[in-house]
Amino acid sequence: MRSIHLTPRFWVAASLVIFTLLVGLLGPLIIHVDPHATIGGLYDKPSGRSIGMWLGTDNAGQSVISNLVNGVRTSLFIGLVAGAISTVIGLVFGLVAGFQGGILDDILMGVTNIGLAIPSIVVVILLADALNGSTSFTLAMVIGITGWPWTARAVRAQATSIRNREHIDVARLSGARWVSILLWDVLPYLLSYVVMAFVLQMSGAILAEAAISMLGLGASGSVSLGIMLYWSLAWGSVRTGAWWAFLPPTLMLTLIAFSLLLLQSSLDEVFNPRLRRGRSRRRLAAVAAGTQAAVPTAAIVEPVLEGDRS
Amino acid sequence: MSDPKVIFRGTGVTRRFGRGKNLVEAVKNVDFTLTEGQITTVVGESGSGKSTLARMVLRLLPVSEGTLEFNGTDVTTITGSARADYWKDVQAVFQDPFSAFNQFFTVRRLLSRSFRLLGERAAAEARMEEALNHVGLFGADVLDRFPHQLSGGQRQRVMIARALMMQPKLLIADEATSMLDASLRVNILNVLTDLRDTLGMTILFITHDIGQANYIADQVLVMEHGEMVEQGPADKVIFDPQHEYTRRLLSDVPRLNQSA
Repeated sequence: MRSIHLTPRFWVAASLVIFTLLVGLLGPLIIHVDPHATIGGLYDKPSGRSIGMWLGTDNAGQSVISNLVNGVRTSLFIGLVAGAISTVIGLVFGLVAGFQGGILDDILMGVTNIGLAIPSIVVVILLADALNGSTSFTLAMVIGITGWPWTARAVRAQATSIRNREHIDVARLSGARWVSILLWDVLPYLLSYVVMAFVLQMSGAILAEAAISMLGLGASGSVSLGIMLYWSLAWGSVRTGAWWAFLPPTLMLTLIAFSLLLLQSSLDEVFNPRLRRGRSRRRLAAVAAGTQAAVPTAAIVEPVLEGDRS
Repeated sequence: MSDPKVIFRGTGVTRRFGRGKNLVEAVKNVDFTLTEGQITTVVGESGSGKSTLARMVLRLLPVSEGTLEFNGTDVTTITGSARADYWKDVQAVFQDPFSAFNQFFTVRRLLSRSFRLLGERAAAEARMEEALNHVGLFGADVLDRFPHQLSGGQRQRVMIARALMMQPKLLIADEATSMLDASLRVNILNVLTDLRDTLGMTILFITHDIGQANYIADQVLVMEHGEMVEQGPADKVIFDPQHEYTRRLLSDVPRLNQSA
């Protein structure tokens, strides 16, 4: 851990991610209202009357806040499952193709390119439709199975560059087996990359689920942010000005996707010290200049920053 | 001294990369022999094909044409367990003591990987310590360290120890000294001559520096653009070079006692 340096950007990203996790994990325990129970009429305005009414009711008279926290939980669950599935598939394909090379590489990359060429949203919609009465879990599986090709491509590129390092030759000469070299000599060098790919896959899967559910193809009988958006659109909440029905799920989705993307880019800085130093020094200088005084000093600081960059 | 015995023989060894327009012949129809208990150096500038030759001798890279013979058996196309057995007899030390280490492994983990080929564990542990002592290191000092906690010279010596654990008959040192500073370089060269003298090990030493070749070699092979242009006993090649390229390599050696 001594070499890992956490940047301010990482802490911001991490707190946002922790916040969404808390909403998803603790929210349903605090907001103790059944998301399927009718507690009011059509689009009742938010009020402080009871905890379930904090964000009003939706088209079916159900509590919006209860649907929101349960929907975040569903989204995170789908993101984790789908992200894990596509990362594992992509990792296996990319590692084997990149490390082995030759004809196996050609075959695996051929399959990957076919997977990339097929628009995955179409496959997901068709599969989601074919799996009648799908649950959140099957939806996550479907998203995960269609999402791996990008990870495979990226991991393969990294694995190819590691294949030619001398430590691989040394391992072979020591009599290490193929699997052992792949797991201990190649994978650890890519691990930071894999973590970032997983975060990206997770955010992609959450947005994919929302898109499918918003089109009305979501998991039946479950609660999700996408399904909330679907109903609020279908019942004209935007037209009637019932902002509490569509704004909270939209903001929550944006927050989840944004915090995951920010986490990914801050991890890039954490894992890659070269990227970190130049940037954070410059940013720290800018922050210091900004807090010390207002406009005049900023004008003086500017040329120094330019010089630093060259 | 008994009669010198040929331990390794390469006949018509050729290696091509790419195809069509991009075809490159890195090693062209090279014949050579290695004599048991001698240090043979391959000298040549960068890109002359000497490292490619070393990787072929190690069977890390397939040969395009020609045959390789070790102790009278053809090893040109061996794979799998036959090749693992071959690696018990033929080991290598590489150029870069940084990238030759898996940075996530301690020295102990790195060395204990060879246990699978060595068989019995207790004996293998003893060999590990013995191999480290041979290069002037002690297990207690280095075994639990990560590569970044060792100096360049220590790292290269650990690499030699790794090769020695197998008690190989032939050791290939591919530019093993070129990334070390001058004082450590002599130290490593002395370790190699010591291995020849005490264990009777055959060493194939690859370098771009004919000065080092002169210091260490019994036999010298000179390569230029993939071709073997001159070979013979060290005294003969260095003090009576026949080929123009060898003369040029010799004239490029910086001399301290000679002004300009």
